[in-house]
Amino acid sequence: MSQTTNPPKPDTIYFFGTCLIDLIYPKAGVSAVQLLQRERVKVIYPQAQTCCGQPAWNSGYRDEARQVARAQIKFFPKNIPIVIPSGSCAGMMKTHYPELFKGEADEVEALNLANRVYELTEFLVDVLKVQLQDLGEAVEVAVHTSCSARREMGVADKIEQLLGQLSNVDVKEQAYKTECCGFGGTFAIKEPEISAAMVADKTLHIRATGATQLVSQDCGCLMNISGAFAYQAQHEGKAAPKAQHIAEFLWERTHG
Amino acid sequence: MAKPTEFRIDVEKALGKTEVRAHFRKAMDTLMTNRRNQFPDDAALQALRTQAQAIRANALSKLPELLEQLETNLTKNGVQVHWAETTDEANQIVLGIMQKHHAQSIIKGKSMVSEEMGLNHFLEERGIEALESDLGEFIIQLDGETPSHIIMPAIHKSKEQISKLFHEKFPDIPYTDNVDELTASARRILRDKFYAAPVGLSGVNFAVAETGTLCLVENEGNGRMSTTIPPVHIAVTGIEKVVEKLSDIPPLLSILPRSATGQPITTYFNMISGPRKADEKDGPTEVHLVLLDNGRSRIYSDPELLATLRCIRCGACINHCPVYVRIGGHSYGTVYPGPIGTILEPQKEGLKVHGELIQASSLCGACGEVCPVRIPIPNIINRLRHDSVRKDTENTPTQDAGTRRKPLEAAIWQAWSWSASHPSLYNFGGKTATQLRGLVPNNLGAWTKVRTAPKLAEQTLHQQLKALGVDHE
Amino acid sequence: MSNARTAILQRLNSVERPVVDVSARESLSVVSWDKAECIHRFTERMQAVRAEVHRSDRGNWLDKVAEICKTKGLNNLLLSPKTEWGQVITQNAAQFPRLKHYERSIEDWKEELFYQVDAGLTSTLGGIAETGTLILWSSPDEPRTLSLVPPIHIAILDTDKLYTTFAKAVKTQGWLEQGLPTNALLISGPSRSADIAQVLAYGVHGPRELVVVLV
Ligand code: SF4
Repeated sequence: MSQTTNPPKPDTIYFFGTCLIDLIYPKAGVSAVQLLQRERVKVIYPQAQTCCGQPAWNSGYRDEARQVARAQIKFFPKNIPIVIPSGSCAGMMKTHYPELFKGEADEVEALNLANRVYELTEFLVDVLKVQLQDLGEAVEVAVHTSCSARREMGVADKIEQLLGQLSNVDVKEQAYKTECCGFGGTFAIKEPEISAAMVADKTLHIRATGATQLVSQDCGCLMNISGAFAYQAQHEGKAAPKAQHIAEFLWERTHG
Repeated sequence: MAKPTEFRIDVEKALGKTEVRAHFRKAMDTLMTNRRNQFPDDAALQALRTQAQAIRANALSKLPELLEQLETNLTKNGVQVHWAETTDEANQIVLGIMQKHHAQSIIKGKSMVSEEMGLNHFLEERGIEALESDLGEFIIQLDGETPSHIIMPAIHKSKEQISKLFHEKFPDIPYTDNVDELTASARRILRDKFYAAPVGLSGVNFAVAETGTLCLVENEGNGRMSTTIPPVHIAVTGIEKVVEKLSDIPPLLSILPRSATGQPITTYFNMISGPRKADEKDGPTEVHLVLLDNGRSRIYSDPELLATLRCIRCGACINHCPVYVRIGGHSYGTVYPGPIGTILEPQKEGLKVHGELIQASSLCGACGEVCPVRIPIPNIINRLRHDSVRKDTENTPTQDAGTRRKPLEAAIWQAWSWSASHPSLYNFGGKTATQLRGLVPNNLGAWTKVRTAPKLAEQTLHQQLKALGVDHE
Repeated sequence: MSNARTAILQRLNSVERPVVDVSARESLSVVSWDKAECIHRFTERMQAVRAEVHRSDRGNWLDKVAEICKTKGLNNLLLSPKTEWGQVITQNAAQFPRLKHYERSIEDWKEELFYQVDAGLTSTLGGIAETGTLILWSSPDEPRTLSLVPPIHIAILDTDKLYTTFAKAVKTQGWLEQGLPTNALLISGPSRSADIAQVLAYGVHGPRELVVVLV
């Protein structure tokens, strides 16, 4: 859940980039760091970091997930916020680490880390209270909020709050906005037909808004939705809205 | 690839039926909208959920005592209480009561526990007619089907299908697709059945220990008919349905119908505390309650899984499930479909039988968000995934724990875990991609059937941030 | 099957019970509506589910009920002669369709009850404003089927017994202290179903029409 009382603006923070951004969407990670640095926050990116452990956790392999999680806990020792450009990975660390480490020798450390976790948009809005200035062209944007950002982290409204500051951005709301896009990590692989039916509907509804741009705070969803957009463009000649992580979109539009 | 399972085949079939899918979507949209309209004030909703959760959790924390208290008070009220460990025992109890009365037929109000028992089939094999009287149940029984939803059993059927079905089964009744006329026909047919039925059966929504009272919610009046007209009433219920006090009932009654169908209250709330008294003129002269375990006490033994038993069977999780709305209730191949079925069935019947269901969730959390008693359904799915592959199977009561652990998959996760926790060996990027790809050698095609493949970036975030001079400690 | 009983209880008892926070359990939603507001809400809710609600007072309720019977074209009306209302109606039988008194056990006149009664009239123990609900307790005078089997149910509700919520009614009326009847009922409209393609239909098994007379 989103913090009820927010800490004052810190001087220094950790950045946890997530494995998906590391491997496939590094630009989202770089943009997020740039957004944070612009607010005069010192960003530390521990180079030893890898993955929050969620893939194994959601597959039922808890020992394996714990081993990976345990490593991360060591890489973020200082008592400063950890900002994560993903609702899903933030949710893993914030809500599931406490479960994963229950009764373990390092439970206290896990809880301590969980308490320091922020999803990026939440951090920008609630802690840094950013003021954005739109330098971009007029654009119609659809927002897809990931299920973990919405339901685990409770930060569903943050992207809209950020976009609301951009004078040239018009947010278009799609039907079934709160419904899952069908990614769900291994779900997309283990239940490919159901997942495909879900993403087909999601793309349909987003396209129906006429928005030319899609933003989300989670690259998992983006990989799923934009992959489907691209496929439909290739095979069915349909328009493919440009899909970007919110950090990348914000940075592009606001840096001079 | 291994032979596709029944579940896989059913899912593919269901997804292919675009008309049925559109029908489900419309039905679930209505149910979701109705529910939303019942809770305009989110803070009030959250407070009520917390209260309902506390009521159910409290009852479970005192379950054995409350069951004994319920039994004592029901007995005092003149209700005969029976206990059954298995569905077979429960069926035998029902049969025994019927035989005692030389009853050849039974008329039923809606009861999911009786579906769980397979009671209709059991009785029919023994030459006894079991007739469903809930309109939805009546319809699917006519068509030889099982419920596709726990609240709206015939939700998968269109008006046209039902019209045809009625005409086919009752050729004397002229064809009509007028819902009022169809309903009136069902009323006429079932009236005569109620008139003659020697035994009536019902489920139980809540059983109040303090007063020895069985509570039933319903809209049609068939629940009242089933429990009032026949001389014998048999109620069947799971052992978890008990609550402690009468004062626990109003909050539960306030949240159940609103969550289920979006009604402020159901037409009837029927509280039965005993058979007909000597000076009364109607009501059954005998009332029986069958308390069924069927795996519930096993679920009870685990502090995390226990939450499953808080369920009040409202169906809200089903109505809000993006998987259910696409594959429908029958694909699950279970008595309880949707998210509640996904967590309950593998625990009840074991992971070998229904373990596949726990993969059929994107863990989106829509179910947990609406559950009136705050069952953390996604967490329980996650836990069951763990149970299905864990090695320390003695630490969980779940049946068939560990049986879904496949050596290859386990080896891949171990290798992944090793490299992702040993950054000195770091070449995480390439390695992980290769490893995870290895997880699903045959299924990679599934991703690219409807999507383009993601491309690895030329430079990882690690490399880029290092190049930008971002501090690393 | 006492083996099953022992085995189940033993299993349940062998578990270390979780400690649960039940502080939220007793919280009651507080609504304070005055009588007029209660009547307004009750009426609105009832009408929303297609029940009829008629206002009357001590002076004219009898005429009101008689008028309803007439409008509905009833040939007969089933009731108890012993309730406050039933007594008066019986004394003024001339104003009404043929009165039938529920005096025998159901077995003795089941066919007539099922197929030859046009409407049943009952008193009520009270009403609930929040949900638009009638409270009925079965009794020797007013058996369960009186409000269930006939196609029309006419219920008389004393507005002094209109409570804000169900919880309030249970508390104020002292249900626990009194002890529950064999059958306590909340009725919130005519019998209905949406089982055919989510289209609302009335009078599936219970009464097709519910008529409430507020006194
Ligand atoms: S799990 Fe919750 S939402 Fe689902 S049926 Fe049970 S009570 Fe309702």
